[in-house]
Amino acid sequence: MASKATRLRALALYKELHRLGRDYEPSYDFHGKLRRLFEKNRNLTDDEEIEKALRLGEYIKNETLALYSLRKYRYLKRMYPPNSTSDA
Amino acid sequence: MRPSAVRLLNILVPIKRAVDYAVKIRVNPEQTGIDLNVKHSMNPFDEIAVEEAVRIRERLKDAVKSIKVVTIGPPKSAETLRTALAMGADSAVHVEILESAPAPEPLGVAKALKALIERQKEGVDVVIMGKQAIDDDAGQTGQMLAGLMGWSQATFASKVEVDPEQKIANITREIDGGLEELRCKLPVIITTDLRQVHLLNEPRYASLPNIMKAKKKPVEKLTAAELGVDLTPRLETIKVTEPLKRVGGGKVANVDELLTKLKEAGVTGKRA
Repeated sequence: MASKATRLRALALYKELHRLGRDYEPSYDFHGKLRRLFEKNRNLTDDEEIEKALRLGEYIKNETLALYSLRKYRYLKRMYPPNSTSDA
Repeated sequence: MRPSAVRLLNILVPIKRAVDYAVKIRVNPEQTGIDLNVKHSMNPFDEIAVEEAVRIRERLKDAVKSIKVVTIGPPKSAETLRTALAMGADSAVHVEILESAPAPEPLGVAKALKALIERQKEGVDVVIMGKQAIDDDAGQTGQMLAGLMGWSQATFASKVEVDPEQKIANITREIDGGLEELRCKLPVIITTDLRQVHLLNEPRYASLPNIMKAKKKPVEKLTAAELGVDLTPRLETIKVTEPLKRVGGGKVANVDELLTKLKEAGVTGKRA
């Protein structure tokens, strides 16, 4: 960890991803994978490598959010189809 | 230069802490209701309502004075309020009921909301709420509230545009076979729906920093008694059962077998 700023960013990212992982499919072991990936990168010193790792974390966060919204959207669309009250 | 006297909008968003959409619903052993010892979260239609209120403010900017969210529920409902505050609401009201109390009915909720609106010194111009809760699917509260208040209503809204200067709202509604456009005078009750192609809006994710910031936003605690409302249910649920299990179909090898099975099932036919 090169500086205090990146350390704080990494911690914030970890907390955010950890919170997101609570709703994930349990068999995937989101929390386990999260911890291992972060630990693998704990000794990075090069600024560019750190940036790359943080960007990957952000990307995974956005992907997970997208998966969740899609799952919820699909459920709502299935449960409340358009014009289901029509007798036509 | 003095600012023009445009009336600033106060938006109220009632929300409900309901059984989470992903939970597999089970009827309780006494057959009086469903197992409530499961994950709860904000009713998805109410998420859309909160998001719509925040987007109205993003569009109208300073013309929106406040976005207040309200919920009627047990102590745990405070978390749901916190999520709405994290999404962008300014303040919240928690009408607290006992953990053991029966769930309030739509008419009770509507009466409580009416009492709350009447308490607001600055008035309420727009009420936006979900069209129905995914646990009871009643879909009545918005309409009842509009009736009690004598306000205009636009239900199943898939598009909302508020004009504070004209004091109207142009709302597109989902109806059988298409869309209907309404122009409503403020104050108005709007209930939010999904659009045919996509959601009315995509509710934003309440990030952890926003949730932390939301802890500082004011939450007013009230009781039904303070609002002068009785939330005792007027309906008695006699029995709750699961729908009949779908019996699998079977395949037949040929027409003769089909005829045999039809005869066994009691289907008789006469030659034309």
